[in-house]
Amino acid sequence: MSEEMIAVENCSKKYGSFTALKDVSFKVKRGEIVGFLGPNGAGKTTTMKLITGFLAPSAGRVLVNGQEVTGESTATKALIGYLPENAPLYDEMMVDEFLDFAARLRHLSGPKAQKRKETVIKVCGIEGVLGKDIGTLSKGYRQRVGLAQAIIHDPPILILDEPTSGLDPNQIVDIRALIRKLGEEKTIILSTHILPEVEATCNRVIIINKGILVADDTPENLIEAQGSSGLLIALSAAGGSLPDKEKALKVLQSLNGILKVTPLRDEDNTSYFMVHSSQDVRPYLLKALIENDLYLMHLSLKQLSLEETFRHLTLDEKASKEENHE
Amino acid sequence: MNNIITIATKEFRGFFHSPVAYIVLTVFLLTTGWLFFSSFFLIGEASLRNFFALMPLMLVIFSPAVTMRLLAEERKSGTFELIATMPLKDRDIILGKYLSACALLICGLFFTVPYALSVATIGVIDFGPVLSGYVGTLALILALAAIGILASALAKNQISALILALALGFTLYLVGAFTFFLPESLGSFLAYISLTTHFENFTRGIIDTKDIIYYLSIAFLALYLGVLTLKARRNN
Repeated sequence: MSEEMIAVENCSKKYGSFTALKDVSFKVKRGEIVGFLGPNGAGKTTTMKLITGFLAPSAGRVLVNGQEVTGESTATKALIGYLPENAPLYDEMMVDEFLDFAARLRHLSGPKAQKRKETVIKVCGIEGVLGKDIGTLSKGYRQRVGLAQAIIHDPPILILDEPTSGLDPNQIVDIRALIRKLGEEKTIILSTHILPEVEATCNRVIIINKGILVADDTPENLIEAQGSSGLLIALSAAGGSLPDKEKALKVLQSLNGILKVTPLRDEDNTSYFMVHSSQDVRPYLLKALIENDLYLMHLSLKQLSLEETFRHLTLDEKASKEENHE
Repeated sequence: MNNIITIATKEFRGFFHSPVAYIVLTVFLLTTGWLFFSSFFLIGEASLRNFFALMPLMLVIFSPAVTMRLLAEERKSGTFELIATMPLKDRDIILGKYLSACALLICGLFFTVPYALSVATIGVIDFGPVLSGYVGTLALILALAAIGILASALAKNQISALILALALGFTLYLVGAFTFFLPESLGSFLAYISLTTHFENFTRGIIDTKDIIYYLSIAFLALYLGVLTLKARRNN
């Protein structure tokens, strides 16, 4: 098997006149757990449907393990386990019966099928519901049965569309742990709009907005790139009056390793500044301020979360710029 | 082939998970039995000819009830995505569902054998036309189930699948009835594509390969269009 398990090359998808995906390209290597992020309707599900071969791209192509996904594409489909959004399952079937059906469609039979079935039942924790009709299951159990179906043939690639939606917090922790465990040997793409989930499970994030890929990096780098740890500083002049802004700016900019100083609002005779730096400036800050007759009124470390990064990237350009600079 | 059987088995069992199969079979047997036997004693002839003459209309009505769910419901509930991302060919899905529908309709047909047997106990029956009648009905089932599958593949939900299948079935059923008013060339063409004109030979006791080929071509064409429908859905 090649190292590159999934390659999406310049893919676009149109539904009638609506463009759901515009020229999206990315590659996923073996063993990566990639989180797809994006607002609702951004094109996450469409991208997944292209990879699983459920839909064909309007332009571009998708390669799975070096083979193009085209037409019926049974060869690439065999490599993928897929949990569609909302876990659509046959409500009138019993869980046990459904797993047998899935195993047969995955060309498993005899003792091997039995063994795989026992494994996925244990891994997904669905021992207690085997004899129940799927239609009577709770959302959490449905999701698990959907996952069991997706991994029954032990596929090298797993595509999970919102695997934790509708689950209670305990179930979410369980499923995440399960995904991380599966990710040790499989390539996984999962979509979500729960950001802590990505930070918790994924080693790479792809953010899609309005059909366009806007970011593709590790969660840490993404936060970093957005000017992660900024210092929020409030200064006032001697006697508690508003400081000379020009002078204060100069002092701050003269510090070692400063990248950017952004003046913010003035309030109660103090001026606020946002300071981004490549190294921690706190050790030298006080000395410089005292030498220049400036009083430090407030100092806090502002850690940007993936949540804010996400907002920056997916709100429209202008709004995010304003948010950045003001 | 294994895929087709897996799907057919699942769907065939599925019929009996819901009341649909029981209702369709019961109503089919009751209606055909009543329509046949109510005039049987008036005519006073030990023949199943009138019974088989009912079959085209009965199957035009009942086969959509069997097939409507098969693809349309999967599309509506989203399970189509599940099955379409399994390593299956489009034709595996179509043929699997088709076979299950045929099997259920053939079950219904099988339960009419006692009708023939009871007629045989009353008088002397010529088993030739009975056999040809069953062969014709079988061919009819193969054609109408395929039309039902095509309708179910095209429709967004069960009800529109039912209506579409009924419309297609009735068109083919009635098209031969109006040939009298039409110019000869068009008339004979319509008579040729009519479900009923091809069935007449079977009721008379004649098994003509031309008629069988006609029903099989309808089945093939409908199933092929069904496969194309699934293919087209990926691209839209």
